[in-house]
Amino acid sequence: MKTVILTLTNPSELLLEGQSITPDNFAGKKAAEIAALDVWEGKQKSPLGKYFTVAGDGGATAAETKIVLRGDCTRVKRIGQQMTAGEIVIEGNADMYIGGWMKGGKIHVKGNVDSFSGIGMEGGELIVDGNAGSHLGSSPRGEWRGMQGGLIRVAGSVGNDTATFINGGTIIIGGDADIHISTHGEGGTVVVKGNAKGRVGGQMVKGDIYVYGTIENPLPGFSMVGEVEQEVDGETARFAHHIGDLGERHPVAKGKTVYANLYTRI
Amino acid sequence: MSELLIRNGFVFDPLQGIKGNRMDIGVKDGKIVETSALKNPKTIDAAGMTVMAGGVDIHSHVVGPKVNVGRLFRPEDKLFKSPLKRCSRMEMGFSVPSTFKTGYDYARMGYVFVNEAAMPPLHSPHVHEEIRDTPIIDNAAMPVFGNNWFTLEYLKNNEIENNAAYTAWLLRATRGFGIKVVNPGGSEAWGWGLNCVNIHDPVPYFDITPAEIVKGLIETNEHLGLPHSVHLHCNNLGNPGNYTDTLESLKLAEGYAPKNNFGREQVLHLTHLQFHSYGGDSWGNFESRAKDVMDYVNAHENITIDMGQVTLDETTTMTADGPFEHHLCSLNHLKWANVDVELETAAGVVPYIYSPKVKVCTIQWAVGLELALLAKDPMRTFVTTDHPNAGPFTRYPQVITWLMSRAARDATMKTFKWLDKTIDATSIDSIDRELSLYEIAQMTRAGPAKALGVSNTYGGLAPGMDADIAVYALNPESMPSDPAEIEKAFARCAWLVKDGVVTVRDGEVVAEPAKRTVWVDVKVPENAQVQRDIYEHFLRHYSVKLDNYSLFEEHLHNPRVIEVDATE
Repeated sequence: MKTVILTLTNPSELLLEGQSITPDNFAGKKAAEIAALDVWEGKQKSPLGKYFTVAGDGGATAAETKIVLRGDCTRVKRIGQQMTAGEIVIEGNADMYIGGWMKGGKIHVKGNVDSFSGIGMEGGELIVDGNAGSHLGSSPRGEWRGMQGGLIRVAGSVGNDTATFINGGTIIIGGDADIHISTHGEGGTVVVKGNAKGRVGGQMVKGDIYVYGTIENPLPGFSMVGEVEQEVDGETARFAHHIGDLGERHPVAKGKTVYANLYTRI
Repeated sequence: MSELLIRNGFVFDPLQGIKGNRMDIGVKDGKIVETSALKNPKTIDAAGMTVMAGGVDIHSHVVGPKVNVGRLFRPEDKLFKSPLKRCSRMEMGFSVPSTFKTGYDYARMGYVFVNEAAMPPLHSPHVHEEIRDTPIIDNAAMPVFGNNWFTLEYLKNNEIENNAAYTAWLLRATRGFGIKVVNPGGSEAWGWGLNCVNIHDPVPYFDITPAEIVKGLIETNEHLGLPHSVHLHCNNLGNPGNYTDTLESLKLAEGYAPKNNFGREQVLHLTHLQFHSYGGDSWGNFESRAKDVMDYVNAHENITIDMGQVTLDETTTMTADGPFEHHLCSLNHLKWANVDVELETAAGVVPYIYSPKVKVCTIQWAVGLELALLAKDPMRTFVTTDHPNAGPFTRYPQVITWLMSRAARDATMKTFKWLDKTIDATSIDSIDRELSLYEIAQMTRAGPAKALGVSNTYGGLAPGMDADIAVYALNPESMPSDPAEIEKAFARCAWLVKDGVVTVRDGEVVAEPAKRTVWVDVKVPENAQVQRDIYEHFLRHYSVKLDNYSLFEEHLHNPRVIEVDATE
């Protein structure tokens, strides 16, 4: 695997649209060619090299390319958008849409990410050591197909509207979550190891949510049906099992009605 | 003014019976002229290429409130699907493209006239504002009558003359083109949470049946002598077993003869017939009945149809058939918008995915093609996708390719998950017919223009007609063996001349000549009864006043008026 190191030396005045920063775009390119790729700052198009110094060449394919971003990328958006393979390491913070519509590969952010990260994700891994903003792993606006697959792991806390319309994949949150988790969910798993604020699983048809801490305002659409022991993220624990959202339609599969499951730790 | 000579192309003009002769076409001052009338023309070398009149789309939903609802509630339709700015305005969207993209894409395919197939009369200002914003193509829009309270009351009492006077008033008030009927009676019944599935189901409160509405409107249409016939989206759309209802609806036209001065020969146009040609009694035994329906159409010359071809895309359905959209939403559980337009009509919008992995979708795909391939008279059978209901209009080149090439059909069928079941439920695999360029010209320009009653202006290349000419990079003497080449040629025409202006060159828009709004102005005898009825209804029932209802002149853009005198 070959490594390309991007160092932010000349930060943009406006937010920088960094959707060209993916292993797919860097593969097969020399450092100078990478520096010539287009990025947008507002309505101005400039080469990547205007903002970053580029060291190292891309690998032959996306899978053989690793990108390391240094410097404060708090105002660089869309890093790793639509990437299919390879690896990105962001050594600090990053802005919105990190790993959006990602299909494969791995992104590791050592700081925080802003909203819409992992939006429309279909595969791969997004690891965030800090906190994430709102709409983590949710669906793009208007879209009814949310996260389809892959893994998002946030060590800290997240904002509201996590995993809207999720129908596959896993989101693991180390800290707390704000309102709305898995709204309209049709599958997939969300684990909140801290507390959840409320409206967890609203209009959910199918899928699983685990909340280790408390839910400040639980929804009346969920009903407790028993206690179970489950293995989650490598450890086993006892949970109260709720089904819902009872106000929603629920399909019947193999003679049994399908509900969404909400597990709260006992 | 400007002179243009299109030299040496293979010309296909069904209105004049020209079948691929090598000819020159002369253009002067926006009209087609004899080549001898030219003095010093610019020349377009069309040698080895196909020359046709500009395309005419008889049924498409491109402007107006429901299209705009589609644009608003499907932001995902634009995601990663908006090309960079190539023309003077930004283009966006796929199944519900922006007005700008609509105009540019039709022009790139060589189309010049598009008929908006459903205008809610109350919202006609919005329709005309969007028409103004759609570049290049000429537009007409048909107000919907099949659920209008005035129409229902007049027809219930069999007052054809009063209904004709009202129709003429509404066409003028909305600057409309003709009589559109959507699920007659059913959309009104939807206000009571009901529907008219059968043509003999009475409409609640009004106590009239869809059959009576359709017959009454045919009589009204011929009484007025409008350029186009009644344009019917019949009852029970999209359900298994609905072909019997379709045949019953078609039979309503029996005994009526066209009466008009526009060369139209039909009294009824049945639109998106694909959605109305289904057998079986459930989605399990769903099957094609295209043959039964086409046997009837082939035997009756006072009927025209269009396909409503399913293109196997993710698209947005939108129709004034309110109950149908509710039904569709409960099938696919996607988002649903529903609107009631007071006294007049209703509408619904639901996204839909026609997938090659779903049996019903692939059978629907086959039904549309069967209709066109079983047609005896291509001058009465037209290419549409009921844009965007069965697929976006940008797939017309693909539809044409399926019609022209058995190999293209086979290649698509290979992608079907339930191929055997699709073949069992349809006759598509037994049809070897491949349509010729002449037949395609009949189905995409000459036929629709004639059925719309505008074949003196559009759809042909005779001297005196509008100089709307599409040149496609296809040599009829050596057609490409790869069907993808046919699709490519029709998707991006080599040249489009609109009103004598070179508008598209090598598939790219190079000019934006002024577009027109085509509408029909009917003169009728003064009718005090109808004037009083209109006044009373607006006083009691409408949320707007009569003076604010009719279109203001400033809403109308570059009008082309077709005048009809029905006073004698």
